[in-house]
Amino acid sequence: MPAVSKGDGMRGLAVFISDIRNCKSKEAEIKRINKELANIRSKFKGDKALDGYSKKKYVCKLLFIFLLGHDIDFGHMEAVNLLSSNKYTEKQIGYLFISVLVNSNSDLIRLINNAIKNDLSSRNPTFMNLALHCIANVGSREMAEAFAADVPRILVAGDTMDSVKQSAALCLLRLNRTSPDLVPMGEWTARVVHLLNDQHLGVVTAATSLITTLAQKNPDDFKTSVSLAVARLSRIVTSASTDLQDYTYYFVAAPWLSVKLLRLLQCYPPPEDAAIRGRLTECLETILNKAQEPPKSKKVQHSNAKNAVLFEAISLIIHHDSEPTLLVRACNQLGQFLQHRETNLRYLALESMCTLASSEFSHEAVKTHIDTVINALKTERDVSVRQRAVDLLYAMCDRSNAKQIVAEMLSYLETADYSIREEIVLKVAILAEKYAVDYTWYVDTILNLIRIAGDYVSEEVWYRVIQIVINRDDVQGYAAKTVFEALQAPACHENLVKVGGYILGEFGNLIAGDPRSSPLVQFNLLHSKFHLCSVPTRALLLSAYIKFINLFPEVKGTIQEVLRSDSQLRNADVELQQRAVEYLRLSCIASTDILATVLEEMPPFPERESSILAKLKRKKGPGTVPDIEENRKERNANVNGGTNHTTTTPNAKVAAAASPDLLGLGSPSPLSSTPPALPPTAASLLIDVFSENSPGAAAAAAAAAAPIAVPAAPVADDNFSSITPESLHVADSILADVQEPTDKFVCKNNGVLYENQLLQIGLKCEYRQSLGRMYVFFGNKTSTQFLSFATSVVCQEPLASQLNVHPKPVDPTVDGGAQLQQIINIECVSDFVEAAVLNIQFRYGGILQNIAVKLPITLNKFFQPTEMISQDFFQRWKQLSAPQQEVQNIFKAKHSMDTEVTKAKIIGFGVALLDGVDPNPSNFVGAGVIHTKTTQVGCLLRLEPNTQAQMYRLTLRTSRDTVSQRLCDLLSDQF
Amino acid sequence: MIKAILIFNNHGKPRLSKFYEHYSEDTEQQIIRETFHLVSKRDENVCNFLEGGILIGGSDNKLIYRHYATLYFVFCVDSSESELGILDLIQVFVETLDKCFENVCELDLIFHVDKVHNILGEMVMGGMVLETNMNEIITQVDSQNKMEKSETFIFQSPRQDR
Repeated sequence: MPAVSKGDGMRGLAVFISDIRNCKSKEAEIKRINKELANIRSKFKGDKALDGYSKKKYVCKLLFIFLLGHDIDFGHMEAVNLLSSNKYTEKQIGYLFISVLVNSNSDLIRLINNAIKNDLSSRNPTFMNLALHCIANVGSREMAEAFAADVPRILVAGDTMDSVKQSAALCLLRLNRTSPDLVPMGEWTARVVHLLNDQHLGVVTAATSLITTLAQKNPDDFKTSVSLAVARLSRIVTSASTDLQDYTYYFVAAPWLSVKLLRLLQCYPPPEDAAIRGRLTECLETILNKAQEPPKSKKVQHSNAKNAVLFEAISLIIHHDSEPTLLVRACNQLGQFLQHRETNLRYLALESMCTLASSEFSHEAVKTHIDTVINALKTERDVSVRQRAVDLLYAMCDRSNAKQIVAEMLSYLETADYSIREEIVLKVAILAEKYAVDYTWYVDTILNLIRIAGDYVSEEVWYRVIQIVINRDDVQGYAAKTVFEALQAPACHENLVKVGGYILGEFGNLIAGDPRSSPLVQFNLLHSKFHLCSVPTRALLLSAYIKFINLFPEVKGTIQEVLRSDSQLRNADVELQQRAVEYLRLSCIASTDILATVLEEMPPFPERESSILAKLKRKKGPGTVPDIEENRKERNANVNGGTNHTTTTPNAKVAAAASPDLLGLGSPSPLSSTPPALPPTAASLLIDVFSENSPGAAAAAAAAAAPIAVPAAPVADDNFSSITPESLHVADSILADVQEPTDKFVCKNNGVLYENQLLQIGLKCEYRQSLGRMYVFFGNKTSTQFLSFATSVVCQEPLASQLNVHPKPVDPTVDGGAQLQQIINIECVSDFVEAAVLNIQFRYGGILQNIAVKLPITLNKFFQPTEMISQDFFQRWKQLSAPQQEVQNIFKAKHSMDTEVTKAKIIGFGVALLDGVDPNPSNFVGAGVIHTKTTQVGCLLRLEPNTQAQMYRLTLRTSRDTVSQRLCDLLSDQF
Repeated sequence: MIKAILIFNNHGKPRLSKFYEHYSEDTEQQIIRETFHLVSKRDENVCNFLEGGILIGGSDNKLIYRHYATLYFVFCVDSSESELGILDLIQVFVETLDKCFENVCELDLIFHVDKVHNILGEMVMGGMVLETNMNEIITQVDSQNKMEKSETFIFQSPRQDR
């Protein structure tokens, strides 16, 4: 007899469903449903009490309507009422409604819990099961709170029926999943483990699932389950196929339970007890042997069930990774499956081999299947399988086969399914970088990637190729040549234009000797793509153009003409217009020296995790990629020393590339504050230019010149005049001149004091008479917290008595990417020569770091400028004519002798620049008073440039000989 | 863990949906549509596994499905389940339905949603497999039907049916 006879259905329900099915349109269907909803609502609200049958019928209708995708906002109360009925039919339909329609945070939970509680204590197994099902299916926190104590009790009670035990085990599992804190381990844990010995295989199955989950969280509490599971598995595996009667599925003994037991064993390392270990090995061998036996049935279900167990056994072997013979057998078995006619098996074999590839013992064995896997990539009809083949190729790749695998992936990419192209692009990019021995191959590969699948090449990929080219001198010329050739194609992808623009802008000079790629040819080639590109790419090209002006003075005119054209200068896009205006201006005004400094070649990028790898991890979820990666890294340590090929010497110049303020543009404005005071976004730019996605960040990285684009106002002449070679030089020479960084701060108060790969120290100072305040900004460039961070300032004698320096205390930790500010108060007691030293100590990655930097507190900081007229100046000049009061220095100019620059420096030095005092207009004179706590020292200075000889004569007169000498020394170094 | 069990026909009409994780009703419908879209475009004779759609967790989850005549049976599972094991489970489910309904067809699923839920409830509970032994499942369903019948006789009054 069939379990459900077709005659006993509810006619009203059948009619309703038929009506719906006959509806010709969506509108008609909605109309019919609304009619029915109104009908049911009125029935529920009506005075007449509905009988159980009617309630059931209406609830079934609601379920059907819900399944069609319509919201059900009533009937819940009726369903809850059904729960307390004594009739099975009503109770059952009530529970069904609740487990389908009630979500975990319903207001009704308390009422429902009440009904469940009654059913749990009813001792009626059917009702208990309904209640347990409901708890497991809804699984809310309130339910966990209410029943966390009851369910374990029911599970281990001696008199509980088997079917209830099964439900209780899974119910407990669900509660543990949703609210682990509410389900404490207790005396029941030991008894749960013994359920593995239960007579009833259904109970064992449920218990195995429960124990597997619990063991993952508390392995120690469930250790004893290993021996029981091995014993149980052994009995199943060695049983005749008829022993287990109903649990034999198509001639396979209890396949589901076997799989679950093998999963449980994967929570633990190989058993230590030799006997248990031997028994387990025997089981695994038996399972492997059975795979070779002729099938007992031709039905697909038979082989399915058999192989389900086999694959799980192989997973366990791989997990244990300890028995070389078993591993080799597993690998051979998977190798057979790779060529099996059943697609499912090929799929699973590829998947399992991925994990096998990361095992020491079997990596080589897996590699022998490379041709089969490549063939799968080419011939499989199913994208799911091809995707696994890509994964496996990625996993089995090492130095020996990288070229072959990358080539195959590239050629597959031409026809690959759109859904997996981006992933393949990332994988190819990673492999090409990781296993590149010669970087010309790497560059070729990435350019091919862009050619074949440009749309799928994300920013991370092309950023990365640029990072690598910039960091590796040996490949720059080749890269320039290759992109130049690639750009010749009549249609090339915009990503190629970006890479091409960037690389030619940096290294175009390396191929300019060849008349076929002369500067003008290069420029014309790039510019021919300009009009087809999007705004960010055009912005990048403009930066490339200004770089060309620096690299190739001969094309300056051509480029200026382009920049000057209306389509640039009046471009509707603000960024493009601004770049055009500023670059044009820069090219007209700045001397070649300035250009050379501003547009210098990009400094190497600091080493960091490949942004591509990070992206792949994001894309594939945390679980999938790292496994392979971690394992690979270990292997690489000996096989391939090249994982850290992007290592660069610590180079602070990076800061110059991205921190606009270092250029000291004009008077203090919000836009040109010190780098440490920058908003966090800009600060992080310093650190990770390339992981920002915004075009702005790309633009900032696009050229060292980009910072010029920062001031929003049109660039006026006097704005430019303040870009002194000195301040540019500063940006250039930050090169961690740790010994004497103070030089560059003599004429300015803000800037980067020190930088290495971990830490950047920025400064901002204010002085007033004999007092000063210094803001020191410690920027953590890493993503890891600095611990035990401490600073101290040391003043050696005689400085200690001449200068008071009081640092304020700072927090002992600096978060990754964060900035810490320290205030140092300074008082000048008397004139001084030496520099105070700032010691910094912190722990990074467990290693104590020590850094010592001289603080740029110099005597001239305590200047107050003094304005005076010519007559007064000469009068005082004469008063200070004693031989020891005057100090004179004649020296050769170290920088270009630009009048405006010199003026800016003298003002920066702290004195008032006096116009019209010296009869010779090309000379500079200044006056000021040095304030110390004890005294004030008036100072006069005169600087006479001799442009023909490229020499200066500097004369200082003050009332104190030591001051004269010190100031003369300080200032002489600035020109 | 099984995240969801979906049955829909060749046109994407849902015939049963059971979610073991909470989603909003809207999302559930979207997941059904997305899953149908992913599964229905696949040829026959390709493999029965594919990565889950974005809505249900992307590549962390797998869709394991079988296509019987007019119906797709799709189980969405996480990595803790055996793919072939789930295929067996689908087979057990379908064979059980077949026994309970005598040559089950799409219409049985439409008109007896509650029964299908009951049968499924005997196999899967809270996303975990409760029982795989078909005879055991059928025994349970049988005894429930008996109880139901004894009660239905008392209550059924065809007069007011509608």
